Amino acid sequence: MKFQGEFTLYKVNTYQKEIDKIKIVKLSKVEIDLRGVSYFDTAASIFINSLIDEFAKKSISVELLIDNDDILETIKLVKNSKTHIEELPKPKNENILYTMGKKTYLYYNGFLAFMAFLGKLFITKFHYMKSVKNIRFKEIAFEINESAIRALGIIALTSFLIGLVVAYQSAYQLKIYGANIFIVDMLGISILRELAPLMTAIVIAGRSGSAFTAQIGAMKITQELDAMRTMGFDPYIFLVMPRIIALIIAMPILIFVADMMGIFGGILVANLDLGITAQLFLERFNEVIAIKHFYIGILKGPFFAFLIASIGVYRGLMVKDDTQSIGFNTTKSVVESIFAVIVCDAVFSIIFTNLGI
Amino acid sequence: MQSMIKVRGVKTIFDERIVHDGLNLSVDKGEIYGLIGPSGCGKTTLLREMVMLQEFHGGSIEVLGHNLTNIGQKEAQSLRREWGVLFQAGALFSSLNLKENISLPLIEYTGLSKKMIDEIVKFKINLVGLKSADALLYPSQISGGMKKKAALARALAMDPKLVFLDEPTSGLDPISARDFDSLILKLKELLGLTIVMVSHDLQSIYDTLDRVAIIDEKKIIYEGSLKNIKSTKSKFIQTFFSNTPRG
Repeated sequence: MKFQGEFTLYKVNTYQKEIDKIKIVKLSKVEIDLRGVSYFDTAASIFINSLIDEFAKKSISVELLIDNDDILETIKLVKNSKTHIEELPKPKNENILYTMGKKTYLYYNGFLAFMAFLGKLFITKFHYMKSVKNIRFKEIAFEINESAIRALGIIALTSFLIGLVVAYQSAYQLKIYGANIFIVDMLGISILRELAPLMTAIVIAGRSGSAFTAQIGAMKITQELDAMRTMGFDPYIFLVMPRIIALIIAMPILIFVADMMGIFGGILVANLDLGITAQLFLERFNEVIAIKHFYIGILKGPFFAFLIASIGVYRGLMVKDDTQSIGFNTTKSVVESIFAVIVCDAVFSIIFTNLGI
Repeated sequence: MQSMIKVRGVKTIFDERIVHDGLNLSVDKGEIYGLIGPSGCGKTTLLREMVMLQEFHGGSIEVLGHNLTNIGQKEAQSLRREWGVLFQAGALFSSLNLKENISLPLIEYTGLSKKMIDEIVKFKINLVGLKSADALLYPSQISGGMKKKAALARALAMDPKLVFLDEPTSGLDPISARDFDSLILKLKELLGLTIVMVSHDLQSIYDTLDRVAIIDEKKIIYEGSLKNIKSTKSKFIQTFFSNTPRG
């Protein structure tokens, strides 16, 4: 075998194919001629070494022809390292039961961690209430502006469109029965009670909940949280509580805006499609929609806000020391908080219906 | 001499891996104390345990006379005001500028007037070798060396007696690193600080440290001054200290 020119890791594959074509078993002596090689790297050296080993196993004698000291050195280096380097560890083969058990345990641990978070939150709340001085008004105001006031536009727009769409679809059905005026009852109850709070919660979860996770997660990676702790600033007081309180305060206001915009969309469709004037719409609205529907919708606000904010913040604190886990936890935060909001809504629905409200 | 930190038989276990198995060391007042060891030996972990960022699983750590094992919240809170910590990457609060970063503990913990706080910030910024004009820059706008200096200024904001430095010269160019060393020495002279630092930088180790603890194989294999360190039989010490730098 004669090798020539630059012998690098790009060439190894080609040579291997050539060698595979030869029926080695029949041979009794092989000459490896490296005299024409101008450049020789470690990959080539590993290749030559394993070639020699292979021939040795088949009891074929090998003769190396080298006239370059550098090449000899490289081959020696690989040979020497081979004797005292351990094999790379193989990843453990895990059977399905093991994987399932591990996953279950991880989920169980995650649940426990969330409980621990809620417990810490509860204790911090007491600490918070001990003195007015402990409450971080500035941070709360900042967060209200950041995660609620700035969300007004998008919430107004979405709920307006939802009102529009629901009204348009039901107008078509109601026209068939000539029950045009009942659009008021329908819209009033569905928007005030369910749609406005739910839409607001979903928009806020996607917008502010994810922001909480990303902000706190990034602070964790840059060790800012550690720095805060060593300076005696409890992150729960400085970062966690202000966000949760801000959202609890702001959510009912956002739901109120969503109510108004949704009904406004309804009025518009009722006017254009069904010929119900705004005045008639509002008179009927006043007559048939009890105030309780409005209160129930608003009441859901703080609960949804707590769920969204606490899950967002918790996910932020769960971020590990790598950037990928920010993405992972942000996704989780949005999915989990929307899920939690819908479950919470279902529970409310059952409770209120059973209470006859 | 008075002991600032006493570590007795500390054990640390991560999952199933034992990191520390019975560490003992003590840091005296007014010295620069180094934690040295091969990477992965748990130097930073030990530092984090000393500043209550991480729990340990056995033994005891005493910092400034407070035992960290069963420390109450109030006690812990007051202890945290008596030390300063410099993190490896600075860990400046990215949403605040340098002045706000440094003044934050002063605003939170002291009733000082705004004017007084400004004076202190100005003094601290110049003490660590930054210019007053840098005060309004945000951490993202400054270089790595400046970040470390600013973080040191923040660590010194409350005039602590004890300062922890986590690899203060890592990531700095050699000139800035030597500047940082002389800065640390100067501050120790000026303010009478006790400094505990984790370092890999051989030059910095020889230039600044009074005493060292070498952690290897889960234990402290040497504690004392650098002079007679080479008498210890250890592969790590022999290779690490084999080429004494100039100076």
